[in-house]
Amino acid sequence: MLSGVLAIMMGSMLGGCARYFVSGAIARRLGETFPWGTMTINVTGAFLIGIFGALATHPGSAFAAPTPWLFAVTGFLGCYTTVSSFSLQTLTLARSGEPLSALGNVVLSVGLCLAAVSCGFLLADRLGG
Amino acid sequence: MAVPSSAERWRSAMLYAWVAAGSIVGGLTRYLVGLALDTGPGFPFATLFINATGSLIIGFYATLTGPDGRMLARPEHRQFVMTGFCGGYTTFSTFSLETFRLLHGGMKYTALAYVAASVICWLVSAWLGHMMASRYNRLTRS
Repeated sequence: MLSGVLAIMMGSMLGGCARYFVSGAIARRLGETFPWGTMTINVTGAFLIGIFGALATHPGSAFAAPTPWLFAVTGFLGCYTTVSSFSLQTLTLARSGEPLSALGNVVLSVGLCLAAVSCGFLLADRLGG
Repeated sequence: MAVPSSAERWRSAMLYAWVAAGSIVGGLTRYLVGLALDTGPGFPFATLFINATGSLIIGFYATLTGPDGRMLARPEHRQFVMTGFCGGYTTFSTFSLETFRLLHGGMKYTALAYVAASVICWLVSAWLGHMMASRYNRLTRS
């Protein structure tokens, strides 16, 4: 129980800081008009959760145990990816007279994340048997 | 690129610390809410609830502490609440995995309904939060 809570706390701390770092680095390079940073974070996070999700179904893997799962998925990936920034940024685009960018952000984010999670899952399912 | 001064480095380290603290609180809250609302396999209500409430909070707080907002918040406070807590509380990765599991398990229509309901609920929640805060901003200004 305690180790599970500690695993979530450690994972959350690292995941939140990783998101802050990546979104800042991308915003500095590409500007903040379109939320490329949040999209990159969510797509890479979706790819990784696909891998962990596939590994968790293999009985011999570390991620079939609760504590590594709580650290890597509940903690790290849960805090690394974000819906709140995505919603806020989409709303900001829509309110600043860019409905097409807002729509593009929604369609691209959801589409790419679902593609990424499928790729991650199928890849790890094939290789990590 | 200019070399950051030690004061800038310290400022940046403090912002990371606030983000980390908010993420820990957000991540634990998500875990507990997820346990409390766990409905088993099928439609993932818990994650939908978490992401919608997180969007509501960020919409409300961003407008409340924004340029026209009533509340003056320091940058570290905004990083703690928005980047840390809201960002750590909500999760796009779990949403993606749950949708994939529904699709993979042959529940195509449940997956479709989940994606549609999620996107609508997230955006409506953020908008509602924004509207509530802008109303509050106006009310107390006079």
